[in-house]
Formats: sequence, structure tokens, C-alpha cells
Amino acid sequence: MLAFQILIDGFAISALYALGATGFTLIFGVSGVLNLSHGAIMVLAAVAAWAAASVLHVDTYTGALIGVAVALVAAFATYFAVVQPIQKSTRIPNEEKEIFVLTGTLLWGIMIQELIAYFFTNNAKTVLPIIEGVIDILGVRTPRNEIFTAVVCCLVIALLWLMVNRTRTGKAVLAASMNPRGVTLLGLELGSIYVVVWAIYGILAGIAGVLLGMFLGVSSYSVGPLTASAFSIVVLGGLGSVSGSLIAAFVVGYLETLTAYLISPAYRTIPALLLLVAVMYVRPQGLLGRR
Amino acid sequence: MTKTSLPRVFRSFPGLLGATALGLLATASGQALAADPIKIGVIAEAQAIAGASIPQAAQMAADEINAKGGVDGRKIEIVTYDNHSSSADSVRAFQRAVNEDKVNIVIASYISEVVLALEPWASRLKTPFITPGAASNEISKSVHNDYEKNKYTFHGYLTSAALALSVCDAAKELLVEQKNMKTAVIMSEDAAWTKPLDVGYEECLPKIGLKVIDHIRFSPDTTDFTPIFNKIEGTKPDVMITGISHVGVQPTVQWKNQQVPIPMFGISSQATNSTFGKDTNDASNGVLYQGVSGTGVAVTEKSVPFADGFNKRFGNFPSYAGYTAYDEVYYIADAVKRAGSTDADKLVDALEKTDWVGTIGRVQFYGKDDPFTHSIKYGKGLITGLMLQWQDGKQVAVWPKEVAKGQLKFPSFIKVTSN
Repeated sequence: MLAFQILIDGFAISALYALGATGFTLIFGVSGVLNLSHGAIMVLAAVAAWAAASVLHVDTYTGALIGVAVALVAAFATYFAVVQPIQKSTRIPNEEKEIFVLTGTLLWGIMIQELIAYFFTNNAKTVLPIIEGVIDILGVRTPRNEIFTAVVCCLVIALLWLMVNRTRTGKAVLAASMNPRGVTLLGLELGSIYVVVWAIYGILAGIAGVLLGMFLGVSSYSVGPLTASAFSIVVLGGLGSVSGSLIAAFVVGYLETLTAYLISPAYRTIPALLLLVAVMYVRPQGLLGRR
Repeated sequence: MTKTSLPRVFRSFPGLLGATALGLLATASGQALAADPIKIGVIAEAQAIAGASIPQAAQMAADEINAKGGVDGRKIEIVTYDNHSSSADSVRAFQRAVNEDKVNIVIASYISEVVLALEPWASRLKTPFITPGAASNEISKSVHNDYEKNKYTFHGYLTSAALALSVCDAAKELLVEQKNMKTAVIMSEDAAWTKPLDVGYEECLPKIGLKVIDHIRFSPDTTDFTPIFNKIEGTKPDVMITGISHVGVQPTVQWKNQQVPIPMFGISSQATNSTFGKDTNDASNGVLYQGVSGTGVAVTEKSVPFADGFNKRFGNFPSYAGYTAYDEVYYIADAVKRAGSTDADKLVDALEKTDWVGTIGRVQFYGKDDPFTHSIKYGKGLITGLMLQWQDGKQVAVWPKEVAKGQLKFPSFIKVTSN
């Protein structure tokens, strides 16, 4: 019974982690940007979905769509207002640009976090589940929405895989992540590939944020922990490796769930962080990292 | 109202930059003062629902007093500071309030950790200080243990010990006598205020006939409550007795989404906010929480007019700390009048003799020889607290009988023993 409980809960949370981390790692893989405003964009999506439903009184589906749309806009804003000006700047030496992007996105994330707290308070908000009720799976009373969350996460990741491997745009993105210079030599505009990647990122982060808002709820305090968890999953999986991130998301998700059930919910995140430290010692490039 | 805050960026450069900016702002506000007002500094968590009501309610009380001519011709001026829920920011705000803005007394915070950090500063700067919402027993115990030094601190809200008693008094009638419940699990967040609360629960629950079969403390950072509910359900208690404040929305929503069949009863500070129903998408229905006040509940004749006036002015009903902050400004004004001065020691003496019927009941403070010196007295005829329940998106008083407006009502997934 407890084993099934861990299996089911762990799967839902892992799938959500995977979705959240995929966009994050994709951007790093393609453009070398570590977007530290990631958590803020996820929370923004969830809060927007909440606000649309409870302030503007739209239905749950529309609310969720508004949440994802807001995340998309925020992702573009991050790229055009923060990342691109730094990358194009002639006054910042090239070797320092990465650290400028890190600092810039971190501050951007804090700005979003403070704005959310200012307008919507720092109390937690939850998005109304798309599907209500519970069903019994092998003796475990499972909210239907938890299953919905897991299914949507897997579907979206599968769609992303299809897009990257089967469409022209996707293949260009893949190529850019392998060899940016080669892509430009083939006559593809690197700039437009970046825009596509940020659009994909915005949608992924938006869906992950809204689903998280339904599953557990978010507050402006969640911004830091969400960025940190995506960051550690991506580092564990290997920076820039999407499949590495997927594996790492499930490792971290299940490790946390096991700890919460078998040891104590208070120590939930500790073993995953210890694992991260251990991996850094033994295999600094992460599980599936190339560099 | 002079509105000042310490932006988050400054926290990273706490030295020169912050001090310079604060100095400049302080001079600007200092010059704008009218002649000899009574200045009350209000340090609160502007971004939290519970904290946001504190400066608003204080300002409302001050405006009402001023409209009637003030205190012996002196106006009351409220100077507010946003502490971003941080002890460090609060201490800086306190120093600035006293040293730069020359306030006579400070009302601050609903968070015990913050209040415990401010208490020594009230002693050092010899400035009377009242909290409208923190609960830790340690606040008033410190006053008892070293009265001469710490007498400047007053605890304008119930101690955790009194909160536990209030919950047990309500549980005895509602759960044991009416619903025939026999067992309970204590579920509380790990924070300064819940340590004495849990001790109080452990002591009083068995006395009223509820056997404590498990006790779960969890980190206030917890986001996934599934394992906690799972563990509680495994022990099959009749009720969960809660001690939560930093968390509230998330456990409530997950309790409903997962259809945990055990009622929640106890302290749930976020549930006292009128926005809690909206924040949880009505998952709050069925939640039972202790309060000192409630929308539409006439604890005294002042309660309802205050809440309605607040709603009219600010567009939402006050949090629990709003009621206490409103009362505090009134009994501070009363104390200044009786003392005939804003001198700190005279003000402390006058505050100790407070006997004020406010919005939450009749306020008196425990004396030097009581263990909880300077905390408000708990008991019949003074302040007993209420038990309220979220029903159909509304907060309904269900205990004590004198103010109750409804019977217990649970969502269909809850299994109540005698139903």
C-alpha cells in the first residue's frame, strides 16, 4: 500500500519536475543561457491562472490558458529585455557575458517575485483543478487531477521530442544545440532559432507552473526553491542534456518522495542535494552531460 | 501617514547605502511634522495578508481619534514601516522609528520570531512596544523574568498557551460533547509560536477527553502535504488539531483535493483572512479555526462596526491582527490620556492599568507576578476567543454559544464519528 502510494505520488511530482526542467535545460543547450528567473516565470503563470479564475471569473480552462500565455510573454520579455541586450552589448567582454546573464536573470526573477508579492501578497495561491474528485488506484486514494498532471507532463514532453526530432524547426534547434557555428554556415538565422527556443521555454514553464499551482499551490516564496530545484535537476542530469534532465527529474522526484514517506517530510530535499554533491565529485559533467 | 519601506535590494547592501537613503528619507519626513503629535510607529508585513491589515487598522483608529479632537488636543500620527517579514529589517525599522522618527511607542508584527528580535531593542531604546499578533509564550515570559529591563514590551494578542486553552475549550463542547470524538493527532508547523502551543495541546487535550495518538511537526517550507496526511490517516484519529500560520492555503487545498476524511480543527491563521476562501478556491469549506474575531461576529459592540468600516475603506475585511492593532491604538491613546504624558516609563505604568473594551473583548494585561507578564488576560468576561468554520465560502462563528451563528457542517468527504 505504502509502496504504491510512493510510486504514484513520486511519478506525478517527478513528471512535473521533468517538465519544469526541460525548458530550462533546452535554453542552456541551445544558447548557453542559465535563466535564473525560471522559478519566477513558473509562479507568475500559476498566479495569473489563479487571478484570471478568481478575479476575472473565467472558467478553469481559460484560466489555465491565460497562465500559459502570461508565461510566454514573460519568457519573451526575459529574452528581449534582459538576455539579448547583454549578449549584443559591445561594452561587456564576451567572457563575462555569462555571469552578466546569470546576474541579470536573477535580478529579473526577484523583480517579478516582488511584483507578485506586492499585487497578490506572499500568501499561497492555488489554481482550481481541471478535473475534480479522487479515484482508487490499487488501494491508493488518488486525486484525478494528479493523474491529469502526470499525463499532461508526459504528453507535452513527448510532443517536444516529436517536434525536435521530426520537424524542420525542431531539427534546426537540435543542430544549434550541437554546433551553433555550423548552423549559421548552413544559412540558418541563429537569432530566430533563439526566439523559437524561448517560445518553447515559455510554454513549457507556463504549463509546469499552472500544473504546479493545481497540484501543490505556489506563493512568491516558491520562486527561489523552484529555480534551485530546476537548477539542481539540470546539473545532475548534465547541463544542456534534455534526456539527462528527464532522468534526473525522476531520480530527484522519487528520492524526495521516498524520504518524505519513509524518513520525514521535514528532510524531503536533503538526500537529493547530497546526491547532487556526490555526482559533482564523481562525474562533474552530470549523468548524461557532454562537457 | 508617512509611508516608508526598506526595499529588498538594500538588504544585500545593509551598510552605507541603506543608511544613507534612510537618513535622507527620515529628514524629509521629520520636517513635515505638526506640533507635538503622539507618534506611533507601526512595523508590519505589508506583503502578507495578516500583516497588511496592521498599519491600515492602526491608521483607521488614529483617524477616528483625531476626528474627535485627538488626545487632550494632541493628534495621533502613524508612521509605518514594511519589514518584508524579516527580523533584520524589523530591527532596522525599530531603530529608525525611535532614533530618527522619534516615535513614542511601536506596534509591530504578527510573527513571533520578529517580535522576539525586537523585544531587546524595546528594552535598550526604552520604547514601549506592543505586538498585535505574535503568540510565543517567550515574549511575555521574558518580561516576567527580567521585569525592570523588559517591561517596555506588551503582548497584545493571546499567548500560545492561551490559544491552546481556547482551542481545547471549544473542542470540549464541539467535538467531545457534540460529536463524541475520542482521538486526535496534533499537526503543527515548526516555528517559535507552536512549541508552547504544542505543549499546551498535549496537556489540555487529554483533559477534555481527546487522546493524542500522534504528533506531527513539519517544516514551514513544506509544499507537498500528501505524506503528512497519509501518515495521519494511518493512525485513524477522529480529528486533526492544527497549529499552522506560515502555511495554510496549501495544506487546505491538498486536504480537499485528496479528500482526507478527517476534520481540521485548531489554529489556522491564514483561515482567519476573509480572502482565504478565494485563495483556496473554496477548498476551505469545513475548516475549523480559532479566532479572536470574525466578520459579522459581535464579540463586543465595537467589532462589527470596525470590520464594516475597514471593508468600506480598504476593500477587504481585516485580518485577526487588524482587530488587535485597531484596539491597540485606542488603548495607547487611553493610556497617554491617563498618564498625561508620552514619557516611556509613565506610559508603561498606564498601559499596565489598561481596562479597555475593544473589538476582541475586554483587554487587561497580566501583572508583574503572573507568569505571562504584559500579555492580555484570557478568560470569561475578558477574551475567550472564538471557533469559526468556513461554510459555503463564508466564515461562520460556531463557538461559544453566545455568538454562534451556525452548527458544524462538513464537506461530504469528511467522516465525522457520530454522524
